[in-house]
Amino acid sequence: MIRVASGQGFWGDDLEAPVRQVEGGPIDYLMLDYLAEVTMSIMQKQRSRDAAAGYARDFAGLMERIFPACVERGIKVVTNAGGVNPRECARAVAAAGQRAGVEGRARIGVVTGDDLMDRLDHLLAAGHPLGNMDTGEPLLPIRDQVRSANVYLGARPIVESLARGALVVVTGRSTDTALTYAPLMHEFGWARDAYDLQASGVVAGHINECGAQASGGNCLAEWWAVPDLAQVGFPIIEAAPDGTFVVTKHPGLGGAVTLRTVKEQILYEMGDPATYVTPDVTADFTTIRLSEEGPDRVGVRGIRGRPPTPFLKVSIAYAAGYKAVGTLVYAWPDAAAKARAAAAILRQRLDRLGLTFERVLVELVGWDSAHGTLAGDPPPDIPEVQLRVAVRSDDRGAVERFSREIAPLVLTGPPSVTGFAGGRPRVQEIMAYWPALIDRSVVEPGLSVDFVEV
Amino acid sequence: MNQEPLTTVLLLELAHARSGDKGDTANVGVIAYEEEDYPLILEQVTATRVKEHFGSMVKGAVERFRLDNLHAVNFLLHGALDGGGTVSLMTDAQGKVFSTALLRMELKVPAKVARRVRGRGRIPTAGRLPPAEPGAREDLLPPADAYE
Repeated sequence: MIRVASGQGFWGDDLEAPVRQVEGGPIDYLMLDYLAEVTMSIMQKQRSRDAAAGYARDFAGLMERIFPACVERGIKVVTNAGGVNPRECARAVAAAGQRAGVEGRARIGVVTGDDLMDRLDHLLAAGHPLGNMDTGEPLLPIRDQVRSANVYLGARPIVESLARGALVVVTGRSTDTALTYAPLMHEFGWARDAYDLQASGVVAGHINECGAQASGGNCLAEWWAVPDLAQVGFPIIEAAPDGTFVVTKHPGLGGAVTLRTVKEQILYEMGDPATYVTPDVTADFTTIRLSEEGPDRVGVRGIRGRPPTPFLKVSIAYAAGYKAVGTLVYAWPDAAAKARAAAAILRQRLDRLGLTFERVLVELVGWDSAHGTLAGDPPPDIPEVQLRVAVRSDDRGAVERFSREIAPLVLTGPPSVTGFAGGRPRVQEIMAYWPALIDRSVVEPGLSVDFVEV
Repeated sequence: MNQEPLTTVLLLELAHARSGDKGDTANVGVIAYEEEDYPLILEQVTATRVKEHFGSMVKGAVERFRLDNLHAVNFLLHGALDGGGTVSLMTDAQGKVFSTALLRMELKVPAKVARRVRGRGRIPTAGRLPPAEPGAREDLLPPADAYE
């Protein structure tokens, strides 16, 4: 049996969670997912300013804390913290290992080849349209706005790193699920065409990839009854060679693993459940069988898989204009009416300035920003609302001028307004996400694994 | 059953849910608390009904997928997120609370089902005034129907 513990569900997740996973009981692997859809473009921006940046720096700090325990107990760490710069990330981890006193005792595997940015023009010229999977539009017209392009990689290079003795594996844009199932493929020697087994690993990975979302965090079913979320135990997969596994957590920690918490996570960000596409296998989530096997233990079995598609998914980020969000708080009486009047005045001023926006969105936080029109009309005696106005435009100047039109409303608009102390809204460049497909034969020969010794 | 009077309950009382995003599409997974209520959800919480429920909030089509193994259905709400991801200006750009927005839906169920599920999905004391402690100032408490 192999235990794969989840330690991080996104870049910015609970920094203490992976330490609790290492210290709270036995584990064999720690997987740490740091990448969301647009994280790569943020990292690309960081690397353009500093050639040694572009990865999740939190990870090196974490390794400094847990390296001695990992080396002594043989706990392997698999992460996509490498972002757009896995080599520099590995170098930083090696330095962290030296500071932690494990020099000469650990090998770091580095997976590269997911970054297509330098090959983009060549690929387009060679007839790969990289069309948007959602809209069908070709990439060429926005080529100059592209800031990053990375292929989602599967398990193979991680398995190779582990087979060649890595204690830590750092990748760029690996799929979130591969961070969990690659260790299982390595440990159990699952064949590449053992699709049912790999599909089981994918389901395990999907349950692990969002951290505490599978162990009581953000759980809608009787959330008030989930114990001790202050030190929530992240999920742990206890996997068997036959593809069955148990979802659990360390007993001394908070949270809960129940049929309900696991079902909620299985459905998170789900598309067609019968066709969950990964680079290694297409998993059928309608075949999952769950069973309660004791306190904080949910058994999972029965999963079927099919061969993977000939394509890999590419995550492309491109510059898509600017946005800003301004807020003000209006108080009783008639708080909502005041907020709406202020928004109308703001719109008139923006119109008179001749500014054009692709989109202007007005929300009343505390009334309709969560459930939209389903909230109906606010009651006249609502104690307060926050007016939230957001704009988007290709014209940076228009968004900047908008950001200067919020504060004046305090003295030139409706009364009983406050909450403006945060200063002018920040103008943000929008990095939009462009999902595309590419023939895997174009990418796979370029994948490589190398090693850094601590 | 055909003679039994029907009563209105919220989907919140029959199911829990989790939502998320894929680009401009929000997904909502709806999970029956009890296996016996799953057929009722399948029958009434159709893609058409969900599209009507959200009205102008969902610009595109609504798709429904069954997960009979989990007594759950997954909805894809296309064009629900103002462009989605970083492009969206919405507070809920990633569709995180479409789950409870869908659970506001009203269903007609037999009275005995309603009696069994009534109040589920809420903190057990929600909607009731806390018992007055000695010396509590009742005038500071909101009226019971303040937010109805």
